[in-house]
Amino acid sequence: MADIAAPNEFALTGDRRNSLRKLMQRKSTVAFLMALPLIVLIATLVIYPTGYAIWLSMLNKSMTKFVGFGTFEFLLKRQTFWDIVYQSCLFAITAVIFKAMIGFVVAHFVHNIPAKGQRKWRGMLLVPWVIPPAMSTLAWLWLFDPSYSAINWILVHLGMTNVSWLGEAGWARFSVILVNIWAGSPFFMIMYLAALKSVPDQLYEAASIDGATWLQRIWYVTLPMMRNIIAVTALFSLIVTFANFDIVRVLTAGGPQGRYRKRRHTAGCGRVAVHGADPGRGRSLHPAGYLQARE
Amino acid sequence: MAQVTLRNVVKKYDEVLAVRGVDLDIADKEFIVLVGPSGCGKSTTLRMIAGLEEISGGDIAIGGNVVNDVPPKDRDIAMVFQNYALYPHMNVYENMSFGLKLKKTPKEEIDRRVRQAAGILDITELLDRKPKQLSGGQRQRVAMGRAIVRDPKVFLFDEPLSNLDAKLRVQMRTEIKKVHQKVRTTTVYVTHDQVEAMTLADRVVVMNAGLIEQVGSPNDLYHMPATKFVAGFIGSPAMNFLACHLEEAAGGLQMRLSDTLAFPVPPERIARYKPYVGSADLMLGLRPEHIMETRPHTEPNQHDFDMKIDVVEPMGMETLVYFTVLEGAEMCGRVNPNAGAAEGRTMKLRADLNNMHLIDNGTGKVL
Amino acid sequence: MANVAVAAGAPVRPVHYGSISKSRRWALRWSYFFLVLFCIFFLMPPIYMFITSIKGSAEISAATNPWWVFHPTLDNYVELLTKNEYLVFFRNSALVSVCVVIISMLISVTAAFALARMKFWGSTALATGVFLTYLIPDTLLFIPLFKMFAFVRDTTGIELMNHWWTLIILYPTLSVPFCTWIMIGYFASIPKELDEAALIDGASWLQTLTKIFIPVALPGIIAATIFAFTVSWAQFLYPLAFTTSTSELVLPVGIVTTLIKGDVFNWGQIMTGALLGAAPPLIIYAFLMDYYIAGLTAGATKG
Repeated sequence: MADIAAPNEFALTGDRRNSLRKLMQRKSTVAFLMALPLIVLIATLVIYPTGYAIWLSMLNKSMTKFVGFGTFEFLLKRQTFWDIVYQSCLFAITAVIFKAMIGFVVAHFVHNIPAKGQRKWRGMLLVPWVIPPAMSTLAWLWLFDPSYSAINWILVHLGMTNVSWLGEAGWARFSVILVNIWAGSPFFMIMYLAALKSVPDQLYEAASIDGATWLQRIWYVTLPMMRNIIAVTALFSLIVTFANFDIVRVLTAGGPQGRYRKRRHTAGCGRVAVHGADPGRGRSLHPAGYLQARE
Repeated sequence: MAQVTLRNVVKKYDEVLAVRGVDLDIADKEFIVLVGPSGCGKSTTLRMIAGLEEISGGDIAIGGNVVNDVPPKDRDIAMVFQNYALYPHMNVYENMSFGLKLKKTPKEEIDRRVRQAAGILDITELLDRKPKQLSGGQRQRVAMGRAIVRDPKVFLFDEPLSNLDAKLRVQMRTEIKKVHQKVRTTTVYVTHDQVEAMTLADRVVVMNAGLIEQVGSPNDLYHMPATKFVAGFIGSPAMNFLACHLEEAAGGLQMRLSDTLAFPVPPERIARYKPYVGSADLMLGLRPEHIMETRPHTEPNQHDFDMKIDVVEPMGMETLVYFTVLEGAEMCGRVNPNAGAAEGRTMKLRADLNNMHLIDNGTGKVL
Repeated sequence: MANVAVAAGAPVRPVHYGSISKSRRWALRWSYFFLVLFCIFFLMPPIYMFITSIKGSAEISAATNPWWVFHPTLDNYVELLTKNEYLVFFRNSALVSVCVVIISMLISVTAAFALARMKFWGSTALATGVFLTYLIPDTLLFIPLFKMFAFVRDTTGIELMNHWWTLIILYPTLSVPFCTWIMIGYFASIPKELDEAALIDGASWLQTLTKIFIPVALPGIIAATIFAFTVSWAQFLYPLAFTTSTSELVLPVGIVTTLIKGDVFNWGQIMTGALLGAAPPLIIYAFLMDYYIAGLTAGATKG
């Protein structure tokens, strides 16, 4: 038989739902206010300029008339535009693939050595990413210098010929991609190293018992477990690489003259916009290219 | 006076009713345990008492004052969480004194209270350590210390022992009981473990699907369950339930379990059960400890029967035997380890029907 | 009954009980070998920067081994540090970076706390959206910003162009999204019971933030601060576009524009300047490397 103690009497004072709702509102308004500076910052300095940029790209040359997609159409017919697009895509995709591969490989090596030593190596390998890109690119510029290149000095000493790193179109492309890979691989390495550590050892043990070689283990265990992070970092890097300005500007703008057909997209439209009085075209180059990158 | 009263308390999450109208009166200084399976609403009820969840309907009063809209810090309660919730960057002393510091209590008062609580819980040597340097049991004690220091009207425990290993759990259970004896404060304790409920509580509240099934002292719940749920939930190993038919038999009633097995109904219950003769969907409830091996001396209302044993589980102090009465109807009994139980053997067993329960399976009520 | 007899004279293989098995040792050797190779690749430019910086200009133009310093000299450093321009650049960079760090952290910590803990309409959309703003490159934004600044000048008379402090307004757009993302990850990983315990202990939202969340999430805060600093320090496009006179330049732009005059490159000074310019992030990195790395990866694994 159930046992209930004598009930205590207390006053019931009607509907208290309203004050409850007020309490809830207060909490979410506080939260909103706390997020407000962020919203204001992004809205005024990122969202609005982006919209503005797209609108500007739809104006004509002297920015008086609205021509809709006219400028875009014009661009899409120009051969140089497609050249630039081609160069940019080539650049971005090659660079990202190599960065990811190098990052993956190096992460594996770091993961292999005993944990105590990992910290030192990790530290040294991340240096390119910590140095401001503009500074490190200056170093590369010096390393590639047509007259004094230290790398050429080594090559000559080993019996090979001088390479015109920044003078010849093909080598110039290579150099820019190389510097980008140099600066960007450490980021991939760090990400992949963290992801590698999160793969449970037991999976590898089970695979070994099942008879997998080290290559098979990578293919069947490591890569699937890391699918997410590989996709995220690749995508992120692709977009960032595509818009990368620092390296290109420093390497190509200060260098010897000659039209590099390898004129990068952003440097291209940067120049067109700033050095020419054609902001409309400059900007439509960018959204167009940007929309391309999104695909 | 620190009594807690719940009147028709309801909790709604969007369209789902987690708590469907709970009425409860907790007396001052009482140790009450809310117990039930996952999702029954016990934690939600506790959190509503604490003020961590908003009440969708009904009223909660602490010490005679309705606290529906009162924020947790003004309800004069203290809570011990399942994963301790100790501030990792503060040492034990700071953890325990945090609440008092926020209330701007004078330093000497804080110090006195912290050391007193530490003394009760035997953690004085740990005062300047950080949580990550403590073991699970020590952390739990610090969490309790933090609660004691506040000297609240009500202690609230939310499954505090669930994260500890079995042995530690038994130890801490005793600790909690000792602390309650020293610090006589109203306590509401939530757990899914019915052993904790039975050992700690003055009264146990069994909850299921948002409602209270039964409230009573551990003994009452054990020997006089009101519903099938309570009967099956309390006690380990669980009570045996068997479908049966109530029929007239020589001089009284009997419960037919199978073609070969029928238990006689104790004479004192015949009048009570007579109306249910022939009813469909009746169940017999009998605890395993009331099925034992045959002994030389027979008490009234004990019925012997033969049964082939399927599985034997030696527990040391007793042996559990499992046997099948009917296809799909298994029963469990507790026999003396020396009774010679063996798998495959036929044993003579005895059912003590003084402790039987007749249950209407449709309503779940014990008749 | 089969009797297995051990053949007399069978060769006995010596068993090596090394601590690591043979294949593991080879794997280790190969790993170190490649790691050294990659280290050479990655560290070559900064080391070469240093080598060049301690060479006199005579030695630089000579045809000797560029990888060795025959007559080390600190002339480059002295000249650079005594020339007013360079110190001005350094000062500008430092001021901008410090201010930006403070502003960024204020904005991102409060926003992250609100987004991670308090639910309000649109909070989940905002949290993901914030990170997506990273994908908008600064090369797209600087032109419209140009025009916006011109508009501000025309309407309010405030000249935003060519002042180093304008950068303080612009840089947060680059650091705040990532810092917020990191902080959201850290805050979200703090168990909710901690808030509730604080609530019962009587803490207001502000007290919960300052006395509980910030101390517990301190590693994340340090990582975000380092990141904000490094990003601000390394900025090139925005300062290039928005500051022109020498007194307003920040370090990266300053070095590139002032030390490269036409076709004459004073490489010794350039390298010295570049090295000194890279020094602050490197030094911070050297001391707080673990926080740096933890911040980067936490954003990824917790996000």
